[in-house]
Amino acid sequence: MAPNRVSPDIQAGRLPADQYDDNFDDLHAPLDRHEAVVEADRCYFCYDAPCQTACPTSIDIPMFIRQISTGNANGAAKTIFDQNILGGMCARVCPTETLCEEVCVREVAEGKPVKIGQLQRYATDHFLETVEQHPYERAVPTGKTVAIVGAGPAGLSCAHALARNGHDVTIFEAREKPGGLNEHGIAAYKTTENFAQREVDFVSEVGGITIKNGTALGRDVTLDDLVANHDAVFLGMGLPGVNDLGLDGDDADNCIDAVAYIEKLRQTDDLSSLPVGRNVVVIGGGMTAIDVAVQTKLLGAETVTICYRRGQDQMNASAYEQEVAQTHGVTIRHWLQPQALVRSEGRDVTGITLEYTAMNGRLTGTGETVTLQADQVFKAIGQKPAEGLFGGVSIDLSGGRVFTDDDRRTSHEKIWAGGDCIAGGEDLTVVAVEDGKIAAASIHKRLTG
Amino acid sequence: MASLHTNFLGVSSPNPFWLASAPPTDKQYNVERAFEAGWGGVVWKTLGEAGPPVVNVNGPRYGAIWGPDRRLLGLNNIELITDRDLEVNLREIETVKKNWPDRAMIVSLMVPCEEEPWKNILASVAQTGADAVELNFGCPHGMSERGMGSAVGQVPEYIEMVARWCKQHSDLPVIVKLTPNITDIRKPAEAAKRGGADAVSLINTINSIVSVDLDSYSPVPSIDGKGSHGGYCGPAVKPIALSMVSEIARHPETHGMPISGIGGIQTWRDAAEYIALGCGTVQVCTAAMTYGFKIVEEMVAGLEAWMDEKGHATIEDFRGMAVPNVTDWQYLNLNYVTKARINQDLCISCGRCHIACEDTSHQAITNMVDGVRKFEVIDEECVGCNLCVNVCPVDDCITMEQISGTDPRTGKPIDPDYGNWTEHPNNPSVHKEAAE
Ligand SMILES: Cc1cc2nc3c(=O)[nH]c(=O)nc-3n(C[C@H](O)[C@H](O)[C@H](O)COP(=O)(O)OP(=O)(O)OC[C@H]3O[C@@H](n4cnc5c(N)ncnc54)[C@H](O)[C@@H]3O)c2cc1C
Ligand SMILES: Cc1cc2nc3c(=O)[nH]c(=O)nc-3n(C[C@H](O)[C@H](O)[C@H](O)COP(=O)(O)O)c2cc1C
Ligand code: SF4
Repeated sequence: MAPNRVSPDIQAGRLPADQYDDNFDDLHAPLDRHEAVVEADRCYFCYDAPCQTACPTSIDIPMFIRQISTGNANGAAKTIFDQNILGGMCARVCPTETLCEEVCVREVAEGKPVKIGQLQRYATDHFLETVEQHPYERAVPTGKTVAIVGAGPAGLSCAHALARNGHDVTIFEAREKPGGLNEHGIAAYKTTENFAQREVDFVSEVGGITIKNGTALGRDVTLDDLVANHDAVFLGMGLPGVNDLGLDGDDADNCIDAVAYIEKLRQTDDLSSLPVGRNVVVIGGGMTAIDVAVQTKLLGAETVTICYRRGQDQMNASAYEQEVAQTHGVTIRHWLQPQALVRSEGRDVTGITLEYTAMNGRLTGTGETVTLQADQVFKAIGQKPAEGLFGGVSIDLSGGRVFTDDDRRTSHEKIWAGGDCIAGGEDLTVVAVEDGKIAAASIHKRLTG
Repeated sequence: MASLHTNFLGVSSPNPFWLASAPPTDKQYNVERAFEAGWGGVVWKTLGEAGPPVVNVNGPRYGAIWGPDRRLLGLNNIELITDRDLEVNLREIETVKKNWPDRAMIVSLMVPCEEEPWKNILASVAQTGADAVELNFGCPHGMSERGMGSAVGQVPEYIEMVARWCKQHSDLPVIVKLTPNITDIRKPAEAAKRGGADAVSLINTINSIVSVDLDSYSPVPSIDGKGSHGGYCGPAVKPIALSMVSEIARHPETHGMPISGIGGIQTWRDAAEYIALGCGTVQVCTAAMTYGFKIVEEMVAGLEAWMDEKGHATIEDFRGMAVPNVTDWQYLNLNYVTKARINQDLCISCGRCHIACEDTSHQAITNMVDGVRKFEVIDEECVGCNLCVNVCPVDDCITMEQISGTDPRTGKPIDPDYGNWTEHPNNPSVHKEAAE
């Protein structure tokens, strides 16, 4: 079908006003007490449990599940927080189907893993709802100071562990709100009811953590200053840049950076005010592609098509995430790579031409093309590191990302880093939390050793 | 197709499934619903003397333990015998028996331990057309404080005396219902036999406190902050009951005495096990109270199907078949050597067998083989105890298999012939004899 419209059909408020809340409600309703106990009973309390090994933060999963089954949900939460202070968010956003639940012996046995993520949410929610007191007491202040760049999961996890050990932590956060992608990137239906902010508050309750919002490294502070004025520095600024399609028209108003769009969606008070196209095309194959596709569909887009240049198995989004997209009515097309944006005279994009691809040793275009009508094209082909942040301080990079050793220490003796901004990670919330935890242990050792 | 028809003490019923004396059999309405559902007979809820009926607590009378999905595993109660008027009960018994002549109608009785009250009540029951009486010497709570129920059942002489009165004053078959709250179940059974009773039924409920409320520090069920021990029943008590039944079935003094088996029967399979241990009928209470009367359909269909499969035409064909196989430990074959075998195709690698054996037994299961998570039995250590089989969550994944030749654990040859403790060289009495 040839795109023949002159201007794209983009509108806010495509749905009846009362439908937005329903659409963006929890993807999985939380388990109630009985459901949790029944599910907990499915756990075999494995020896040297595969799930625990698979968890990047090594939560003692069999133990917390057993605590749930004995009616000690808050104790279960404590077991979780001991390893992962952001266990509440991880319970909501971890792709458990490729982590703990993938290796659950009941997945092996019957294809039905214990719902570890949901149980983790049950325990952590229970704690946050019923316990006022922060679970950890801060050690006697050491007088040491640590600067952390970025209040995302990596920075928060690092900050909590350091503050617990008595160090004074200052987090420099570029945005006006802390939380990183928990607050700005994760799909809305995974973290409802302002959970990201509630969790930041919970983490901060330990004391000794100051968060300076609206203070960006490279704009408002320099790395030289941070290094000079603190005993250690942790970099956790994520990947603020986005990859372009590299096509003429990349900069059109309706050729949109998916992450920025999701951020808007996450921050708006009124979902019906968000403009969404009638026909939406998403380019990419990862979690961001899935999230923008599903959420534009939930905002009322008529058709949403994800185009990915390789096959289903190569998609970064897990099979489960793909299924979520498909059950929401998103079409996923494989073996298609963007070739040209179709544009109207007014410069707006009205469609996209894609070339079929094939694997012949390496990925090549077949020459055959298809053109899809598109009122909005979303770019979700990966994020990239910020450049030029470090001023006069020299740190080794690897593929543009910060290079670290096993302790998450950079080539600079006073600087550690973790989360999406370092090389070799998996770009998951839980991995960022673990990085922060490991770095904090290493920093603590350095400061007290 | 197999016939489930049962003849117990001359009392005929279309199947061996009777409802035990308890709330399900407390009135005409319930009992007729039970018969409509297919139950073979009932033991009417225990009747007391004429006069003002007993009074039950007005607060909760049950406590329970559950599996995590609230599957009821054990029930406990502090209910007394029927709290309805004797005359009403007798009239209803008569009516029901008339309406359902092919079903067994047994009447449970409990009156003070004196001859007159027993004589009187037996006379009244005889007029109802009931098939037999069951003497409730089992109820462990409430009535026992008044010298009845288990207070009688715990004193063999009383059992014998009351059984004798009953046989004297009535032509009806007499079943004595035994309490398990006693050290040696054979003693009351012997006493019942000496007194002339025709059969025993067992078990009644077990003294129990199912839980303690950790806010009020009161036993559950809590009546205004206080609790009293109750009687325990349901699936949790079946192993105890089976053992007691087997002791009576194989004890020379009581062997062959008709038994009605009770305790934790939920399915046809439970019932078949009781029958294999010699019971002529089985009685059910908790399962019916949990699921309603319809479960009898599954019991009937399941037992028939199993009997057909086994080629048992009647209940008598397999009744008691397990009795000769219940023996004393000293006669078990010590030359029967088994080792655990883990089916690697079924293994889901939970590691429970490993940690159970490693921490609490014989260090006979690996958790790592050549650097890979793998669970294998080390024959040199395995004593064949079966613990791993019992903790494995997968059906038939671990099995115990008999070995012959040399036992890798002891390095000694396995004697192919039967050999037990009585002749084992380590047995001190064998030594003594040898020395003499
Ligand atoms: C759309 C989307 C969906 C996702 N969904 C999931 C999911 O479902 N599950 C999952 O596990 N992972 C998901 N991820 C990945 C996950 O969000 C990240 O791996 C994780 O947030 C990384 O944490 P971080 O702390 O390293 O970085 P971020 O969360 O990106 O936090 C970095 C913080 O640093 C701040 N910052 C950046 N530059 C500067 C500067 N110069 N000065 C000061 N502060 C700065 C940022 O404002 C931000 O607050 C998703 C990612 C995206 C983009
Ligand atoms: C609430 C309740 C009341 C009972 N009342 C009597 C009774 O009056 N007379 C009696 O002989 N047994 C009584 N019993 C015991 C049952 O008849 C039966 O022996 C016992 O429950 C074990 O069987 P089960 O495991 O199938 O429940 C009662 C049991 C319950 C649960
Ligand atoms: S049978 Fe007992 S000793 Fe042998 S492997 Fe199993 S648990 Fe260990």
